[in-house]
Amino acid sequence: MAQYLIRRLLSSLPVLFGVLVVTFLLARVIPGDPCHAILGEKATEEVCTRFNHEKGLDRPIYEQLGVYLGEVLHGDFGRSFRYNQTVGRLLLERLPTTIELSFSALLISLIVGIPLGVISAVKHNTIVDVLTMVWANIGVSMPVFWLGLMLAYVFSLLLKDTPFWLPPSGRISPGVADDPFYEVWKLTLPESGFLLSTYQFISRFNILNALLTSNWKLLGDTIKHLILPALALGTIPMALIARMARSAMLDVLGQDYIRTARAKGLRQRAVVMKHAFRNALLPLVTIIGLSLGGLLGGAVLTETVFGLSGVGRILYDAITARDYGVVQAFTVVIAVFFVLLNLVVDLSYSYLDPRIRLE
Amino acid sequence: MTTTEKNIVALNTEGLSLKSASLWQITWRRLFRRRSAVVGMLMLGILILIALTAQWIAPYNPLITMIDLKPPEPVKVRQAPCIHLLGCPRDKPQHIMGIDGNLRDQFSRMLYGARLSLLVGLSTVTFAIFIGTVLGALSGYFGGWLDNGIMRTMDVLLAFPSLLLAIAIVTVLGPGLINALLAIGIVSIPAYARVVRASVLSVREMEYVSATRALGGDTMQILFRRILPNALTPLIVQGTLGIATAILDAAALSFLGLGAQPPTPEWGSMLGAERNQVFTAPHLVFFPGIAIALTVLSFNLLGDGLRDALDPRLAHIS
Repeated sequence: MAQYLIRRLLSSLPVLFGVLVVTFLLARVIPGDPCHAILGEKATEEVCTRFNHEKGLDRPIYEQLGVYLGEVLHGDFGRSFRYNQTVGRLLLERLPTTIELSFSALLISLIVGIPLGVISAVKHNTIVDVLTMVWANIGVSMPVFWLGLMLAYVFSLLLKDTPFWLPPSGRISPGVADDPFYEVWKLTLPESGFLLSTYQFISRFNILNALLTSNWKLLGDTIKHLILPALALGTIPMALIARMARSAMLDVLGQDYIRTARAKGLRQRAVVMKHAFRNALLPLVTIIGLSLGGLLGGAVLTETVFGLSGVGRILYDAITARDYGVVQAFTVVIAVFFVLLNLVVDLSYSYLDPRIRLE
Repeated sequence: MTTTEKNIVALNTEGLSLKSASLWQITWRRLFRRRSAVVGMLMLGILILIALTAQWIAPYNPLITMIDLKPPEPVKVRQAPCIHLLGCPRDKPQHIMGIDGNLRDQFSRMLYGARLSLLVGLSTVTFAIFIGTVLGALSGYFGGWLDNGIMRTMDVLLAFPSLLLAIAIVTVLGPGLINALLAIGIVSIPAYARVVRASVLSVREMEYVSATRALGGDTMQILFRRILPNALTPLIVQGTLGIATAILDAAALSFLGLGAQPPTPEWGSMLGAERNQVFTAPHLVFFPGIAIALTVLSFNLLGDGLRDALDPRLAHIS
């Protein structure tokens, strides 16, 4: 197991190196120079020369790549030209928004998708099954951005002045206190920058922070703001998961041991949940892993529609503004996350199906 | 006759009829037995019809504003739909889907949008299949360092969420419909390369391939006549589903302002241009989105149907 883990991690190193080189090159060949993008169109030649020299942009490209790789290995992603703060800080600030959004979306898609798929398989070829699959097919075909806008239209405008009203944008309403937990607990702030960053990082997860500080108003407000974007982002994975759960369950339910279980006189519920579902989990885990990757792409669109400044939105802004450092760091982080995710999916196989030995 | 005998007779006749039917006939027949695939094909048929006849069925030119008409029509910016059948006064000009932010007829633009959407899907997938097939075939047939080099590059491409990579590529190439298509094409290459490589690997060592080689067939002949036809079925399925994804991604890029530029009547860009008006003029957001969803849905239904129809393990359903 440990050996497998190490080998897998080692074999993903070339991919990660490739990712670093690709992001570096992509950022460098984006047309237009960062000097004019950052300092404005009117920046003079002289100012730009100094700017380029300061940022090391006047050195040959392979030297820049070398410097960049060295920095990344030290965990230093450089500074953002635009926000004038370290990229690391920027990431820590924005990641919580995106993680909170992605996980809520995943949660919704699991809670709705799995039962729908299972019920659909158990009631194979009935009207329930047909309707679920029609719905699932429509779900996978939804443009995320359109769904987001339509949800906002229905819940923020049409249902205005009803209890179902939901806010169309932002993370929290103005005026709702979101004091970080370390201030509420009156902790003495640590000297070490790392620990302080960790505190701040944790406190930016609004739900977590609200729970830690028993701030129920913040909790309710955050959840209200999360529902629409999470629903928009979660619909495609929800439909994918429902479809996969159905076909996996159908596969399993047709097998001999299920008939044996039924012949033993087990109740339907026990057959479905204990005997069938566990064995249907394997393909489900794969599709969940894949959906998580898609969620990150969808996050750009969802964050744009709902005015959230998460990783996706910042990355999009950074690409259009040629903010090299941010583009590189964010894509690298996302790619690393992807690679790790695949590893976790592979590892879970051997847990779910003991016959699979990882060697 | 007992049931078993009946079954045997039934099987026999089926076997006989199968002998005379080609793979395509069988596939076609199976496809028509699947309700969802038929629905998909119907929707797609209507869409293709609209795309082909847009210039005749569209009541207005999609690029012309109502004040440029002679005589100019008295309509307001982002006016709600006016349909005579639904009680809109007869003396007012009919605009089934309303007027857009630039005083153009939304319905005409929607019809022309079908053209672009289908073109987008077909062109990107053709491009990706072509490059992916070449790379996958080289990789699978020759193996060794070439295989390693190509497939590791594909792995790097797959390490990014596809939409993010497409956004990054478009920014390098510059916004525009053609560049967006290129970006989506590049992003989808790995899927096809993998499919082709897998099928090449599965037949490379088979005896009929060695036989062709022994008969003096050159590499090209072996690859294109003997090996690649095996990749056709998975490619068709992957391609049909790929068109759906491509249309969705292209619409997303246009929505973000990186794809088709106004005034091109492209659904994603029409939606993106009016997205801040969703509360005041919902029809301008609703129709393009539903059109994208239906187009994508039709390809998804057809792709799923094809996968089932082409799957030899499901042969008994024929």
